[in-house]
Amino acid sequence: MSNYEPWSAEKTAQIIAEHKGLEGPLLPILHALQAAFGYIDRAAEPIVAEALNISRAEVHGVVTFYHDFREQPAGRHVLKLCRAEACQAAGGEALASHAEARLGVAFGQTSADGRVTLEPVYCLGLCAVSPSAMLDGRVIARLDAKKLDALAAETDR
Amino acid sequence: MSALRIYVPGDAAAVACGADEIAAATAALAVKQKFAVTIVRNGSRGMHWLEPMLEVATDKGRIAYGPVDPADVESVFEAMIAGGGTHKLRVGVPEEHPFLKKQTRLTFARCGIVDPRSLDDYRAHDGYKGLAKALAVASVNPAGIVEEITQSGLRGRGGAGFPTGIKWKTVAEAKADRKYIVCNADEGDSGTFADRMIMEGDPFVLIEGMTIAGIAVGATKGFVYIRSEYPHGLAAMNDAIGIARRAGMLGKKVAGSDFDFDLEVRAGAGAYVCGEETSLLESLEGKRGVVRAKPPLPAHKGLFGKPTVINNVLSLATVPVIVDKGAAFYKNFGVGRSRGTMPIQLAGNLNYAGLFETPFGITLGELVNDIGGGCFTGRPVKAVQVGGPLGAYFPPALFDTPFDYEAFAKRDGLIGHAGVVVFDDTVNMARQARFAFEFCAVESCGKCTPCRLGAVRGVETVDKIISGEDRENNLALVADLCNTMKFGSLCALGGFTPYPVMSALTHFPDDFNATPRLQAAE
Repeated sequence: MSNYEPWSAEKTAQIIAEHKGLEGPLLPILHALQAAFGYIDRAAEPIVAEALNISRAEVHGVVTFYHDFREQPAGRHVLKLCRAEACQAAGGEALASHAEARLGVAFGQTSADGRVTLEPVYCLGLCAVSPSAMLDGRVIARLDAKKLDALAAETDR
Repeated sequence: MSALRIYVPGDAAAVACGADEIAAATAALAVKQKFAVTIVRNGSRGMHWLEPMLEVATDKGRIAYGPVDPADVESVFEAMIAGGGTHKLRVGVPEEHPFLKKQTRLTFARCGIVDPRSLDDYRAHDGYKGLAKALAVASVNPAGIVEEITQSGLRGRGGAGFPTGIKWKTVAEAKADRKYIVCNADEGDSGTFADRMIMEGDPFVLIEGMTIAGIAVGATKGFVYIRSEYPHGLAAMNDAIGIARRAGMLGKKVAGSDFDFDLEVRAGAGAYVCGEETSLLESLEGKRGVVRAKPPLPAHKGLFGKPTVINNVLSLATVPVIVDKGAAFYKNFGVGRSRGTMPIQLAGNLNYAGLFETPFGITLGELVNDIGGGCFTGRPVKAVQVGGPLGAYFPPALFDTPFDYEAFAKRDGLIGHAGVVVFDDTVNMARQARFAFEFCAVESCGKCTPCRLGAVRGVETVDKIISGEDRENNLALVADLCNTMKFGSLCALGGFTPYPVMSALTHFPDDFNATPRLQAAE
């Protein structure tokens, strides 16, 4: 679980300045904004656009193209469960249903109390120890219902 | 007495099985017992069912134990400090294990053995020998390196299998003020993890391969585009690049030569399509990862419009051994037009899943049954998907297919990035066909119509077949749709989605019957 600071134009400008010298700086800037604030505030888009001399539409287009970038903050915990073939082959689909039931949220949603966001991920590269998941950036393999319940219990905190 | 070296893999697969906790507990035990221990976070040997697999250096070589559970740490530690003593989890000398003994490790020669954050360790295990040769060749015959790669028969390991030497030659001959080397580390195919293992277990080999590529074609800058789902790989590459730069192996005058070459790591942002080379270049430029029409080829107009070599991690990581040992050495392995070795990734429902590097030519059946040991569920194998989400599903009837680009193509399949995902008989292939379309719909970049619309229509039509609605006509419609996607899509996402769909239809027609076998054999 990460602690994010509230969005601010000042910090946004500072992050842009830190990355502006890179070749093709937009993705690194967006990653850094999300790392700082937990999401990419709509108000950041015109600031980024002006700094890089591109249109707001171009920035918005990039933010919305990539699955990683969030336009709203996620829950306090983010559980990503792999839904790809190697995990399907090892019982991943039953686990996916179990996760939705246990957490009380559907994939792609955040619980009403803002406690947890459940997301699908298409491969964590842990296909030889599947099924796998990532909880707040930590990888977990050889998942079963019991291990999943333990992860869910962590999100209760 | 020098400190005892204990190896606890830092590879993400080992970490996901608890390796970090095991490493911490082992370190704590050493302190408690006042025993001098150096814990090395090596990569994985690729025997994933044994992870976390610990090793201890002894005068008889390294002795392994695994899979180590937190409850076993103390007893395993006792066995290790006794010089590799007996224990119920003792694996013995890893190299003597049949799974490793049967392999030919060229690309993965060091993975799991060396400390991925030690340049000295890399050099002690033949690291940077390829670069030394490349620099010597370049001083007398600038085209010599490209010639060596071409002669080796190395083909793109990302999936397309395009001859690497030809790509390099095109870039080498292009005139430009700036050229780039881009490493495609957007390993998104389910069932594949070889790129990740190399970056986490032997990152310097990728740096060396990219440096050689830069010298060969006249590029001074390289990017490693790594998917964001690989935080350990990102960290390992960033660390290794920093270490190499401080040692003078990257930057101005690489290794004291007249060549400049530097590297930068970039993180992807969760788009599968960015594994497609032109989409990846767009992403690096800071745009939506939308596929470019070809021509122009990236070799002519690539990153920022400059001539660009874009290769997969495994292709680049194989360059040093080819340059070091010579094209003939490498070409000697393999069959037909598939030369050298392939790091095959065995995944899914298998008893012995992991990384198996072997010369081309081994059959699919040997991989699944003899090496992989069949399904861990104890049930019969029903289908094997080779080559990721865009690869065909093969039934056991095709297990005699040799692992070779052309042999798989002849049977309407592909080896792709060499991921092998095994399913037991509980899998419903109509569901898998539906998933293939669904995945394509989620990940389509949206540029071309066959992929963008075809995938959505495919999901709808397979749903109708599953529910028994107008089955014959809808099956014909799926076949027609697949034909349009295969020949009308701009890139492999739309163009190859028909492989899993049509192979499921061809080899497993019973699963598309009107009376759905709901949750077969639960």
